[in-house]
Amino acid sequence: MNTKRRLFLKGSMAAGVAGVAASAGLLTPGMVLAAWPNQAFDAKSVADAMKGIAGSADAAASGDIKIKAPDIAENGAVVPVTVSTGMAGVESISILASKNATPLTSSYTLGSATEAFVSTRIKMGKTADVIAVVKAGGKLYQAKKEVKVTIGGCGG
Amino acid sequence: MANSIKVRAKAKDGVVTVKTLISHPMETGLRKDKKTGKMIPANFIQEVLAEQNGNNVLTAFWGGAISKNPYLSFKFKGAAGDTVKISWSDNNGKSDTTEVTVK
Repeated sequence: MNTKRRLFLKGSMAAGVAGVAASAGLLTPGMVLAAWPNQAFDAKSVADAMKGIAGSADAAASGDIKIKAPDIAENGAVVPVTVSTGMAGVESISILASKNATPLTSSYTLGSATEAFVSTRIKMGKTADVIAVVKAGGKLYQAKKEVKVTIGGCGG
Repeated sequence: MANSIKVRAKAKDGVVTVKTLISHPMETGLRKDKKTGKMIPANFIQEVLAEQNGNNVLTAFWGGAISKNPYLSFKFKGAAGDTVKISWSDNNGKSDTTEVTVK
């Protein structure tokens, strides 16, 4: 009996180790998804977030990117943002809010038949620039628009 | 979690405009419950996939900074009668899918 008990304990410990591995991040749902870029979303600065999502923080300013967002957002929890561009060969569009704790809000990878247009609603902690980063033909372009926020949308 | 997605897809001049509303709390994990003072665990959509007749047209990666009950609109080249499939999955492994026909 005693040896069996030992075996049982060993077995349960092994199971425990597997459980720890799962909770340590080896098997979290985020990993099951294709490639959710958690480094980019966890980044605390705009430059790090851009590196994480687009591979580089160097993006040329472009007047060809249109950001439609309110000048003053009364409620930072819901800030409508529309990004569109007339550029050809747009591969992805990312939307960042420069003063959020984690600036990257979202990133969109476009298919070949998709127009360079996305519209969504983001949260903003305080008055900050909304930055749109567009990857077109392997190059990065960006545009900014300041949005004044009277009530923050992050934290509560 | 069925019917968490509302989709409108309309074709005009060869371009389909899709408007999507998903009902989801979108918690960042940084917010405190005012009554208990405890942190509200993160619960947000990480990935949204859109397909037109089975071809991927848009992959969206979202962070916690997308508003509650998120809205997403995008456009692609297509025509009435195309099928548009929208699916999302969140950081807790939940997901949902819906399919509509372009009008």
